[in-house]
Amino acid sequence: MRNPYLYILIMAGVSFAIRALPLTLIRRQIRNRFIRSFLYYVPYVTLAVMTFPAILHATQSPAADLLALCAGVIAAWLGADLFRVAVLCCGIVLAAEFFLV
Amino acid sequence: MSSKCDKAADARECVVRRKSGAAETERQAFGKGMRDGIPIGLGYLAVSFSLGIVARNVGLTPFQAFLASLLCNASAGEYAGFTSIGAQAAYLEIAAVTLIANARYLLMSCAMSQRMRPGISIWHRLFMAFDITDELFGIAIARPGFLNPFYTYGAVLTAAPCWAFGTALGTLAGSLLPARLVSAFSVALYGMFLAIIIPPGRKDKVVAVLVALCFAASFAASKLPAISGLSEGTRTILLTVLLAGGAAALFPRDPEEET
Repeated sequence: MRNPYLYILIMAGVSFAIRALPLTLIRRQIRNRFIRSFLYYVPYVTLAVMTFPAILHATQSPAADLLALCAGVIAAWLGADLFRVAVLCCGIVLAAEFFLV
Repeated sequence: MSSKCDKAADARECVVRRKSGAAETERQAFGKGMRDGIPIGLGYLAVSFSLGIVARNVGLTPFQAFLASLLCNASAGEYAGFTSIGAQAAYLEIAAVTLIANARYLLMSCAMSQRMRPGISIWHRLFMAFDITDELFGIAIARPGFLNPFYTYGAVLTAAPCWAFGTALGTLAGSLLPARLVSAFSVALYGMFLAIIIPPGRKDKVVAVLVALCFAASFAASKLPAISGLSEGTRTILLTVLLAGGAAALFPRDPEEET
């Protein structure tokens, strides 16, 4: 095996560079309307893409996941905060799996 | 703060204060960040636990897994990296794999650069960059006005140790936790994502439709023959560029209504 610490160091260096370069180098407001709009939409798109359908494989039971997804969407729509939505989803999976698994 | 902003006379001043972040002390922001970091930390524990099992399978020690998570703070990136370590990949290859798996953080860093208070020190920029993850970026960017470094530091202080220790625990203990608990924990992360992407849809119908469209497109991409063969990280990059680009082209935002 090659040196695992060197591997880890390379992973860490690349991970940090990707995050730090734009944040330190871009100093002015981007005026371009398309780029501004693009950056505004990026987080919603990325998180939505990563949520579904991945959530269906998160636990032991896709049905429990689907229940948690629906409950989470409704609770978030009604204004529940981050922590409450997360706990609600966990609770629903825990309860549902008592019957399903 | 909102009650003050209701008064028309104060409106202008409130906008200024909100933009400058002066209405919130550093300590308050730090505390709020720590609190909002709790669900993220819980989700991280479950996810990093399974990541630790991957680390063990490729022959890393608990300390090495801990170190990797402490320094990299990336689920997909670390997973891809660990797999490459297991395959005895060349050093250059592991750099390229890490770059691709983490490319979305580049976009997030660009987005954050637009919300920094002018004149903020390079140290704040570097420290805020260190732990840009989907979740920590999401909660930071969802707040109005300029990004408050202390809010981010609070959230990182709660979430990052969970990530690092969870990985070490996974490497150490494997499948010691009852399956039911691991199962329930695993969904916390997604509940958190929902709490970030759903509420803005109430005010901005474009975002609401876009999120629904993303669900559908992502589902399709996981099933379609050619695309489903790509790694999850690559699919995320592709769909993000396509869908956010499409939305920006068709529904460019009015600079006045930006938060």
